[in-house]
Amino acid sequence: MSVTQTDPPAQASSKKKKKQVMTDRAKAERSLGWRLAGPAFVVMVAVTGYPILQAIWNSFFNYRLTDPTNKKFTFLNNYIVALSDGVFWQATWVTVLITIITVAVELVLGFIIALVMHKIVIPRRSLRTIVLIPYSIITVVSAFSWFYAFRTDTGYINQWFAWLPGIDASTDWFGGFWGSILVICLSEIWKTTPFMSLLLLAGLAQVDASMEEAAEVDGATWWQRLTRVILPNMKAAIMVALLFRTLDAFRIFDNIFIMTGGANGTSSLSLLTYNQAIDRVEIGMGSALAVLLFLFVLVIAAAFVRGFKVDLTGGRN
Amino acid sequence: MASQDIKGTKPYTLLAIPIIIWTLVPLLWTLALSGKSPAALASANENTLGNFWPKDWTWDNYALIFTGGASDLFLPALRNSVVVCLSATVIGVILAMFCAYAIARLNFPGKRVILTTALTVSFFPVIAMVTPLFDLWTKIGLFDTIPGLIIPYLALTLPLSIWVLSAFFQAIPWEMEQAAQVDGATTWQAFRKVIVPLAAPGVFTTAIISFFIAWNDFVFAISLTSDKARTVPAALAFFTGASQFEQPTGGIMAAAVVVTIPVVILVLIFQRRIVAGLTSGAVKG
Repeated sequence: MSVTQTDPPAQASSKKKKKQVMTDRAKAERSLGWRLAGPAFVVMVAVTGYPILQAIWNSFFNYRLTDPTNKKFTFLNNYIVALSDGVFWQATWVTVLITIITVAVELVLGFIIALVMHKIVIPRRSLRTIVLIPYSIITVVSAFSWFYAFRTDTGYINQWFAWLPGIDASTDWFGGFWGSILVICLSEIWKTTPFMSLLLLAGLAQVDASMEEAAEVDGATWWQRLTRVILPNMKAAIMVALLFRTLDAFRIFDNIFIMTGGANGTSSLSLLTYNQAIDRVEIGMGSALAVLLFLFVLVIAAAFVRGFKVDLTGGRN
Repeated sequence: MASQDIKGTKPYTLLAIPIIIWTLVPLLWTLALSGKSPAALASANENTLGNFWPKDWTWDNYALIFTGGASDLFLPALRNSVVVCLSATVIGVILAMFCAYAIARLNFPGKRVILTTALTVSFFPVIAMVTPLFDLWTKIGLFDTIPGLIIPYLALTLPLSIWVLSAFFQAIPWEMEQAAQVDGATTWQAFRKVIVPLAAPGVFTTAIISFFIAWNDFVFAISLTSDKARTVPAALAFFTGASQFEQPTGGIMAAAVVVTIPVVILVLIFQRRIVAGLTSGAVKG
């Protein structure tokens, strides 16, 4: 009797004790986790978060570095000036144009390269190594290489492609807007396609080969297998690759700086910000442009994550 | 079966040829330019293959950047690049190692926050960080110094290292550590003989990728330096010729070849690991 009477409380207390022990363990793990991860997290937030917050603050001031005494709070004035200036919208248009052209071309080209790397048997390893090389090349080096290739004096492009209508030895690619954009895009595409094709290759590798074979047995053509079996099954990889490259392309700077310096209306948002903030030391206006660029990037990222349901941390928890 | 496989892949083998040409021509072109004399850079008659390769190869451009007029611009820049990129990589990877270990092995709230922050931060437009840093650095004397570049470079290397390393660490079979201990190994032995060899390739690969990113940086380098701490990409943009009447083309391209060779060698040796590192963080699995 007495046993049955004392039993339930004893059980309860031991249960409670066990729970207590678990929480202690969990607590210890939690604190160790943060002690290990904390320094990296704090440094990461400090070196990136501080500048962004400071930029937002500075953007409300009329502030020239060479004239700090006349620093004046003007609230949204910098934004109003920027948004009502054609130069800003031209830079936005150039940035969007380059982003769309390069990402679209890279998606197609990158997919073809990924497909070849996936299917090829004979020079498999060498092909992967060669394709990867441009990824490691400094963007500035790529920019110079393509710049000199298209120049009338040093270049070979005009000589090699003189048989095409409209191209001869004196074709000046950097004389106008579209020629400059073309060369800028080519350099950007050459340098960043490897990254795109590697992400797509990883996606291709996850498509179940037996499904493709089943479709083939059922009489599906090559095109049907591609559009009905392969592409739908690697949608997640395509979306991640597109997001990564779009955000990267949107901050294009190096190629334009080297090739045109923004001549013929080819300045991008990053280059415009640089010219304002560093060249003219207009910290206030430069910060406002930086914040606008940052907002664009946030909107693009949010659109991808919400609109296309890209799950970036999927499988990581 | 094997022969059938090869047969089926023939069109792909043919497609590989234009891909290889597209990749290699700009590289060969960089090399060709670095060996051209000023005359060859100005006139198509001095070159073969449609103004591509010089008829007379010259080493003058290399002499210019190593011992000649451009050496006091190029050599310090090369040293700055190596010091800044190695420091930012080492600091970034060490901090990220502890962080990634915690994410892979321990259960604590905020894991997702750390990973999401790392990813978000790696897509910050670099130029947006430059303006306030430029303002602050000129005030506190970090402008145009080596530490003044290492700190912002951490914003490039650290998020990437956290992201890639946690993917690597999550793939490690950690239970092997306990298995070794059951077999009689001490904790230290189990860590050193079992875990370190499993984790080292991931750490090494992360270091290579993060070094590439730092090595490539141009925006921080031209904005936060003026001459003393200038790195190679920034120096290239401000190269001048042997005399003020000469184009700097040959010197720029010789310098480009010099800084390209080491990274290409890294790619040639570690291709498989770099591919694994680049894709592990991005795709599920």
